[in-house]
Order: sequence, then C-alpha cells, then structure tokens
Amino acid sequence: MQIGLYFHIPFCASKCYYCDFLSFPKQKEQERYMEALIQEIEKTSESLPLETSVKSIFIGGGTPTVLPPFLLDRLMKAIVTHFKLEPSCEWTIEANPGTIERDKIEVLRKYPITRISLGLQSTHNDLLKSIGRLHRFEDWEESIRLIKAYTSWQINTDLMFALPNQSFEAFKETLETIVKYDLEHLSVYALIIEEGTTFGDLYEEGKIKEVPEELDRKMYHYAQTYLKEQGYTQYEISNWAKEGYECKHNLVYWQCEPYIGLGLGAHSLYDGKRFYNEENLEKYIKAAGDLKKLRHDEEILTPKMMMEEYIFLGLRLLSGIDEIAFEEKFGQSIWDAYPYQLNKWIKQGALVHDKKRIYLSHYGLDVCNEIFSSFL
Amino acid sequence: MSLSKQEKIRNFCIIAHIDHGKSTLADRIIQMTGTLTAREMQEQVLDNMDLERERGITIKSQAVRLVYSAKDGEEYIFNLIDTPGHVDFNYEVSRSLAACEGAVLIVDAAQGIEAQTLANVYLALEHDLEIMPVINKIDLPSADPDRVKEEIEDIIGLDASDAPLISAKTGLNVEDVLEQIVKVVPPPTGDVDAPLKALVFDSLYDPYKGVIVFCRIKEGQIKKGMKVRMMVTGAEFEVVEVGTFGAGQFRPSEEGLIAGEVGYFTASIKNVQDTRVGDTVTDANNPATEALPGYKQANPMVYCGLYPADGAKYGDLRDSLEKLQLNDAALVFEPETSVALGFGFRCGFLGLLHMEIIQERLEREYNLDLVTTAPNVIYKVHQTNGEVIELSNPANLPDPSMIQFMEEPMVKAKIIVPSDYVGAVMDLCQERRGNYFGMEYLEATRTVLDYELPLNEIIYDFFDALKSRTRGYASFDYELCGYQESKLVKLDILVNKEIVDALSLIVHESSAANKGRKIAEKLKKEIPRHLFEIPIQAAIGNKVIARETISAMRKDVLAKCYGGDISRKRKLLEKQKEGKKRMRQVGSVEVPQEAFMSVLKLDE
Repeated sequence: MQIGLYFHIPFCASKCYYCDFLSFPKQKEQERYMEALIQEIEKTSESLPLETSVKSIFIGGGTPTVLPPFLLDRLMKAIVTHFKLEPSCEWTIEANPGTIERDKIEVLRKYPITRISLGLQSTHNDLLKSIGRLHRFEDWEESIRLIKAYTSWQINTDLMFALPNQSFEAFKETLETIVKYDLEHLSVYALIIEEGTTFGDLYEEGKIKEVPEELDRKMYHYAQTYLKEQGYTQYEISNWAKEGYECKHNLVYWQCEPYIGLGLGAHSLYDGKRFYNEENLEKYIKAAGDLKKLRHDEEILTPKMMMEEYIFLGLRLLSGIDEIAFEEKFGQSIWDAYPYQLNKWIKQGALVHDKKRIYLSHYGLDVCNEIFSSFL
Repeated sequence: MSLSKQEKIRNFCIIAHIDHGKSTLADRIIQMTGTLTAREMQEQVLDNMDLERERGITIKSQAVRLVYSAKDGEEYIFNLIDTPGHVDFNYEVSRSLAACEGAVLIVDAAQGIEAQTLANVYLALEHDLEIMPVINKIDLPSADPDRVKEEIEDIIGLDASDAPLISAKTGLNVEDVLEQIVKVVPPPTGDVDAPLKALVFDSLYDPYKGVIVFCRIKEGQIKKGMKVRMMVTGAEFEVVEVGTFGAGQFRPSEEGLIAGEVGYFTASIKNVQDTRVGDTVTDANNPATEALPGYKQANPMVYCGLYPADGAKYGDLRDSLEKLQLNDAALVFEPETSVALGFGFRCGFLGLLHMEIIQERLEREYNLDLVTTAPNVIYKVHQTNGEVIELSNPANLPDPSMIQFMEEPMVKAKIIVPSDYVGAVMDLCQERRGNYFGMEYLEATRTVLDYELPLNEIIYDFFDALKSRTRGYASFDYELCGYQESKLVKLDILVNKEIVDALSLIVHESSAANKGRKIAEKLKKEIPRHLFEIPIQAAIGNKVIARETISAMRKDVLAKCYGGDISRKRKLLEKQKEGKKRMRQVGSVEVPQEAFMSVLKLDE
C-alpha cells in the first residue's frame, strides 16, 4: 500500500499574526524534540506492513528550516533509513525566506527532495510587517536565487489576500511580480482571522476589520483570471500549478488516501481511522515515540462519514468527483446517496454535472461551505 | 371567657402593585410567626416556581396557615393567601379574595399609588373586604410616607392615619401589621352545623394524590371519609385527606376543617375538569340547597400558535400542554397545522405575560424547543351570509368578499404617570388608536389617564413602549370592555413570492403599511443569505405595500487546508449544518425559527 507522510516541525523564528498552527519560537527544545520525532519514525516504520511504500512526504510546521543543519540532516537520514520511498515520491519541505542558507541547501541536497514551499504572502514590505512576518521581499528573492542556483527542486510559494489594509492594486502587483519568477506552483489563500491569534485579539478589540466581501471576491476572481492567462491551472480552491506540477501530497488529503502524520499534534488517516498526536511539547518528548501514548482520539470512520468526507474534500478540487470512482469506492451511486443535495445545488447553479463528473461551478467555489455542509 | 375557634381565625390576603413588596412582606410574616426557622427560610416562600422567583412575580395563588401569639395573650390562626399582582392574573386575584375577609394593601412609600394598586383595591371592595393600608419601604431615602398617606386618603378614600409604616425588607414595624390584622380584619362567620358549603379557589394536580382542591369552608365542616359533591359539575368523591397549608407543604389534619377555615382536601380525583375553580363543595349525604356565587370564568384574550422546533416532538408538546392545563384552567389549546411550521397548537392565554410564562415553562420544565407565532386577539368576523366567526388565527380569515365587517376587542386602560410624561403617553396612545376619556391629577406631579384602546394594540409591546417613553415611571392596568367595529385587514408576508401563513397578521388599515415595512426589514436581518436573491414582500390581498431584498451570498469559503486536520474542517461544517437544522423550509428558502417571532418586537 502507498501512503503519504507528514512530519511536523513546530518551531518558528516568531509567530505571524494570523497563524493558528501548532508552532512557537522555542529554540532550546529543538534537539530533544527531534530525538523524540526520530523515535516516533522508528516505531511507526516498525508498525507498518512490509509492503508499505511512500508516495509523498511533506515536512511542514512551523518552519522546518529554522532547524540547524545537523538536526535537519538527522531527520532526513531517519526518513530515508526507515521508510521505503517510491521512485516517483514527491518530497516537499516548507521554508521561510531568511531561513534557507547555502549550508542547509547542501544538507538537503543529499536527499531526494523534489519540492520546496516558500512562505511569502505579499511582495509589499509594509504589508509583510503588518502581518508579523520577519522577512522582506528581498529575502524571498535571495532564497529563490539560491534554490534555483543549487537545486532542481520545484518551487511553490504561498500568497495571501484579503489582508487588512491590502488594496486591490497591491494584491494585483504581488501576482504580477511573482509570475515573473516562473514558479511551478502557487497557493493563494484568503486571510481567515482565527481566535487565539494576534489578529484574533486585534479583531476582538476592534483594531482590525475584515476586508469587505466585495473586495475579497474581486481579488480572488482576479487571481483566477490572471493566473490562467499566465499558464497556471487552478486545481483546488486555493491552489494553482503549471501542468503536471500539482502537489501530490495535498491530493492525498483531498482524495481521502491514507497518510500518517508524525510529530507534535500531527493528524493521520490510516486503516479507516482518523487520529492525531499529543499536542503538548513536553508530553510529546516524554512519550519517546511510544505510539500508544502519542496517538489520541482515534475515530473509526463509518461508511457514511467516509462518503461525506470524500465529497467535501473531493469537491475542493476543480475536477470534482468522478461518479464512477465514487460508485466503485462505496458500492452506491452518488445520486442515490445524495439526490436532494445534488439536485438542489445543480439547480441553484453551485454544482455542475458534466461527463460523469460533479464539480463546483465558478460561483460554487465562492460559497463552497454552504454546499459542503449540506452533505453532512 | 375564651374565644371560639372561629373568632381566632383571620383570613386575609396582601394586595399591591408589582414590586411594592408583597412577597417580601409575606415572607417576613411567615418568618415572624415562627412557621419557618431562619434556616428554612428561602426568599419569597410563597413563590414556588423558579419562574416566580426569577421574575419577582407571583403567578399562582398560594396559601399558608400561620399561628400568631398576639399581645392580648391569645393565639390566632392566620390564613395568608398570596395573590398575583399582574393584570393578566386578575382572575386569580379575585379567586383568592373570595376566600378572605380582609386585605392588606401595600403601598410603596416612595412610588405611591400605582395603576395595579387601584385595580386591586377595586377588586377587594367588590368582594366586601376590609382593607388595611400599610406603607412599605420607609427605609428608602426617597420615602415620603406622609404624601403617600394623603394619596391613599384622597384617591381611594381609606383612612390611612393608622397605617403601619414598615420596611418588609428589614422587618421594621412588621409586628404592627400583625397586631392590626387581629384588630381590623373581621373573623369569619358561618354556621359550623349547617350543611357543608366550601368554595374552590384553586387546585393543583399531584401525580400521587390526584387533584388537591384548595377551598374556603363557608358553612359546615369537611372531614376525611366524607362523601362530597361538586355542586356545578355534579361529580362525587370520597375525601381521602383534609388539611391546612404549611409554608410550601401540606399538613393533614384529623379533625378536618370547619366553617371559616381555609385548607385543602384530596379525594383521588383524576380529572381536574371535575373540580372547577369557583365550584361549591357540599356534603353528598346532606347537601346544601344553593351553591355559592362562583367566579367569572377566565377567558383567553390572546392567542398564538405554538409549534415544536423539532416536528417529532409534537406528541410531547401535546402532553406538556395537557399537564400545564391541569393547574391552569385559563390555558386553552387546539391542534392546528401551518404550511411553514407543520403540526402545532393554537393556544389561548389571559394576556401576554401569561403567554410568556407558559412558553417558558414548556421550554424549561418540559425541555421543549418552541416556535411561536405572533400573538393575536379574537376578532369577530361578520360575514355577508349573516354568520359571525370568532377568529383566533389570522390565516383562517375568510375572503374579503365574504366579509361584511369586523369587530375587535377593546380595553379600558388606566395609566398613572408623572405629569412630565403625559404628552409622551398621549402620543403613544394616539399611535395605538386610543380614545382619550379623561385625565385626573393625583397630586401636582402625578396624573391618571383614562383611555379606551384596542386590545390588539397593547398585546405586543405596549408595556415596553410605555416604560421606555416614561423612563419606567408609568404604571398600567386594563380591563376588557367589549367589541367595536374596526377597519381591519390581513397583512400577508411573502418570502420569495410565497405566502408564509405563520406570519400573517390582522392589523388596522392605518398601520398596515408601517407594520408591513417593519416586518420586511426585520426579516431581511433574520433570514440568512442564500445562493439566490430573495424578495420579501408585505401585501394586503394582491397589493404589495412593502418590499425588501436579501442579496445572494457572496462568500463562504474555508480557504485553508489546516494540514491534514480534516476533523477540524468537519467540525466547522457540522456547526454550520447544525444552524440549518433549526430552520424551516419555505419554498426553497430556509427561514430561521427566530424570524417567526421577530414580528413580536417591531419597536426595537
């Protein structure tokens, strides 16, 4: 069986104002954490059937590249030692500008890494500062230069829109600047103000506001039109790629294929169950890779839940759901399972039914939660 | 010479405007006569229901028997019968008054006489009760007992020179009240040896004992084992238990009750309908020839539709209403169906407070989630064929071509208000189609206004509007005074071009446009955006008089992936779905249940 692997590195140089991921700037704990993570890698590989192979790897965080080169090296080595990688395995590492220097690139180059994902968010330094990013646009340019000079990795970069005080023109300029670098992949996210983040607090205090919906959609629709002109295909609500460069690891999530998350608070779908790891750093380290102690809240997915997830994740992809694949997987036609929802949304123009596929319309992409929730 | 048992009984009630300290004085009297120890004492002993305590009101009448050692060396038996203060529950008041010989009238030393003070005094006078004024809250800095005494003398015409000046809260001079009750309230009369005549003034359903009948013995006596007959219903029962009221508990008595006493009996009565309040209980083997004059039947004045939020709970709602009806003869209901809301009941209430109380009790005590339609009064519809319909549901109004004319119920209202606010109150009454009858000055700074108003205009939010326009200083009381012809129309609300039957209202022609506009505005706020534009229209017949549009949804996206944390995504979507569950389908539009009730509060 082929699976995806996710490794969580919860460390960051500092916390961005919008970030609600499990991450923190704690340099001292890095070495102990990595030891525990490598123990988990060993235990996990022992627990898997021999024929298991890995089709995608994603090292995320946090910022994995804040780790010093020797710790990065240990992690990479452990991965290639304990797991069997498919020859076509996609291997992505996340990084932030200013954390990826020559020495780190050299360490990473020893391993079959295929892809790097660089957080940028905006090309405007004033906006970067206002969302708590430590780097400047020039740092990103330098990172891209280094990566292109010394590796053949595919590059993704993350961009954000609907930021407080971000004008339409500023966003447009960001897109126009970025396409010049001819990257393989772009992720373009709307800001979500989450509770418990700096932005969440500022929002509560009335110090920042959400951008008007009109502007938010204007930016999104512009990205759709412009990136298409520039040769990018939108294949998911927030993701664009040059042909053949879609992120395989994300497709694992959206197509309900099995994956195992390792590291603090990482989530898994394996053997028909969802579960996630311990979220407390000290407890995680103390568990020393003991999977029984690490894994929490195991939830066995019922056939009904699996169908629901297959739909609300599958519909995130612009190609949507293949009727035949659905029926093969669940032994039931999607039309028998959800006749009311499908007919309603098709009639209201949010879903499209075409050539045995069901997918979100242009408008459906804007209001997808309304559609998704109706299937639960 | 020692006094006879009858001569040592004092049956009295306490009457007052809301918040003047009725329940506090009752508590203090109970505590001072030693019925309860301080530890057992819970504030507002007589208000049993949680709702009564929370809202600081009395809904049901309650009674308690106390023993008081007076300064003359005798021990007296006090039967204190608590009465509700709110206008909705006037019928409860009059039931209680019929069981008493005297009434303690409490007047707030700062606020003076209020509308309900007058209403209650008139009721007490109708029942020939000895009224004993007491001035409460004299510990307040703003207290002005001399002014209040004057008011009592000038307006009610009672001698207030001996009125005790008390603070029920601190207990100051409450002793004087007790002494005066002995002196002022006459002992009951009635022949102990005559055939039994007992007046039923309340009843309570107990799942073990059956109906517990609250009664005042007027003639003769009642004992365990006796066979009794209800003179109006004709039902006969064998008495199982007779007793008196402790505070919050029943105290069985082997000797039974004699003429002049207040107490209860049980007789394994399964059906509350057999023991109607106001009926006379007599001895089946030695019956009295004539029944006591009963009470006026309390008729519902306000109706609304009650629907279970979850359609599957229809049966539970019916059972709960039946249970509430056991102790609340004024509550009526019958099944009805609505296109928008499904199966439910049209329920009749004494007033808006009564309606709120029943709704809250259904939700709290019976754990039901309810959807309520706007309340309405009963209209008399005179049809062209000569038939007259009493309409309790606007949706059932016949076609206008079949209607000759319509009548609506009117009330006589008394509003007491500081003179500064007279103009504001007159404006309000004008807006509500009131007819001005007159104005009297209680004193230089306070005024009584007399108005005739359509009941329809006061059932929604009149009281709230009155309070807000007078900074809470106005008090208000009303009584029904018959029907009057009126130009009424049915206002329909259309959501996405479909009439929502549960939102139809009967309104006066002159206010239709204004109401229609406000309802449309309110619904625009209540109904969430859909994937398409939704017109909301208010119409009379085919004529649209107001229109709003809910624009289509623009954005509802979770852009982020949250790593592989699908459970989190799922939870967010489930929450969204959960919100939808409480909505009702009207055509292709999902309407939140709150929207059906939003028409209640148009003045906000």
